[in-house]
Amino acid sequence: MFLIEVEDLYQRYGSKEVLKGLTLSIEKGEVFALIGPTGAGKSTLLRLLDQLENPVSGKIHFAGKDVSNSPKLRLERRRKMAMVFQKPVVFNASVYDNIAYPLKIRGYKRKSIFKKVSKMLEMVALKGYQKRNARTLSGGETQRVALARAMVTEPEVLLLDEPTANLDPLSVNLIEEIILRFNYEQGTTIVMATHNMSQGQRLANRISVLMEGELIQVDRSSKIFNTPGDIKVAKFVGVENILKGMIISSEDGVVRINVNEQIIEGISHRQAAEEVYVCIRPEEITLSLLRPSISARNSFPGEISLVAFSGPLVKIKLRCPFPLVALITKKSAEEMELEAGKRVYVSFKATAIHIIGLK
Amino acid sequence: MSELWKAFLRAVELIVNLDPEVTGITWRSLHISATSTILASLICVPLGGMIHFRSFSGKRGLISIIQTFYSLPTVCVGLLVFVLFSRVGPLGRFGILFTPTVMVIGQMILITPILLGLTISALSGVDRTIKDSTLSLGATELQAIWAIIKEARFAVWAAVVMGFGRAVSEVGCAMMVGGNIRGFTRMLTTAISLETQKGELELALALGIILISLALVINVIVNTIQQRY
Repeated sequence: MFLIEVEDLYQRYGSKEVLKGLTLSIEKGEVFALIGPTGAGKSTLLRLLDQLENPVSGKIHFAGKDVSNSPKLRLERRRKMAMVFQKPVVFNASVYDNIAYPLKIRGYKRKSIFKKVSKMLEMVALKGYQKRNARTLSGGETQRVALARAMVTEPEVLLLDEPTANLDPLSVNLIEEIILRFNYEQGTTIVMATHNMSQGQRLANRISVLMEGELIQVDRSSKIFNTPGDIKVAKFVGVENILKGMIISSEDGVVRINVNEQIIEGISHRQAAEEVYVCIRPEEITLSLLRPSISARNSFPGEISLVAFSGPLVKIKLRCPFPLVALITKKSAEEMELEAGKRVYVSFKATAIHIIGLK
Repeated sequence: MSELWKAFLRAVELIVNLDPEVTGITWRSLHISATSTILASLICVPLGGMIHFRSFSGKRGLISIIQTFYSLPTVCVGLLVFVLFSRVGPLGRFGILFTPTVMVIGQMILITPILLGLTISALSGVDRTIKDSTLSLGATELQAIWAIIKEARFAVWAAVVMGFGRAVSEVGCAMMVGGNIRGFTRMLTTAISLETQKGELELALALGIILISLALVINVIVNTIQQRY
């Protein structure tokens, strides 16, 4: 049974429709990510799940119950959840008092509060900070206090709205570790909004892609990234090579597609004469100086138009019969002495191609 | 000029020697104004929190009305309270006209708009996410309001101090409903007014110096709070 079921949910602010008929289900104990660009409606959905707002229409069921009509049940439900906001706001009080707040309002005894807060301080690596005023902490530390404050009641559902936005990489790693550990140890269901695709991939069991208030795709994270169901999703998850073409033949699950007069082979059961988009992730493309003898069905010459170094990877723009972007390691690029104007062979497997229908 | 100087020196002497008349009036003034401020704060701070927290139609209009009443004339409040508590008034049966009790009520009415309005402004300065955070952490509406008030505690304190300042320095209402009865309802402001009319400048000046000192202390407290937080 699903822990959270959202049914035909609509939300509007003034004349702006923010959520348009959202329907989705979240399983108990899973990490569920909502990804989408800014303004897609991710935060609104989290606020609705947390009972901070009422929807214009639609229903949200928690463990099969709709609590929207009873203030008492709404409070009861809210007390089984906790939310961490994008902009972490802490009370103008000590770190200890901040983390203890949800326990105090639930009437916990002093001894029990001390025990739980101490455990949380250790979990978020803030031991020794308990007496510090929470307003004097750095961004990463503040977010960890907000996280500890949300986790201290051991909620059934933890809602995280962009929990690592604007934080340094070290803080991001630490917070991601805390989230995963909490989910693993407590079995807490985590619903997380993020516009960081790779974070969604790292943390989530399932991902839903939200765009302009509509749910475009819900699937396991690997599927969303490798086989996006929609051209908008493909663009959002970083598929940089999206080519328009026409299937010219289809036989035994192998299709031949004409893309700008270059024939590309892919795996699909689509029929001939269908117009399609061909998606190739840049990391699936290999480059070589000599014509490759490997099994890649797709191999053709091309010319490098741009080489851009980015940490351990190099992004290479190519002029083939159509423009392509490849992502290779810095070491490979240096070994092949790749530079603009150099001619190379471009190869990718038929299985590396994902095909999306034009309509 | 030398007469005035003499009167001033005599006034200082009255203060330094803790003249019973002067100390009596000062303590009564402080007692009545502090009581009215505490009671009004107990009502206005939570009420201001409620108005800030809740969304309802006419909220803006209500806040505008509250702000308009910041400068409510003290004699109008005095007249209202007098009519309500006079023998023929609707609350005349309590028989509290010309007592410190009715003076407290009058001052409470007088400072309510200031306390309410300044509390609402103080709470508006608190980050909106605090409200959402407290609710999402499982707070009831009252617990959330209390958390917001605690966040704005210094600004709310400033509002309370301002309310006290208005109460202790008003004269119209105290005169009309208290009656300026010696040793019973005579306050700093009413005594200054009476003693000046009688020509007792020494006593009037002594009380005036105390009142101005009180205003100065209040101002220093408010400024310190506003600068530090």
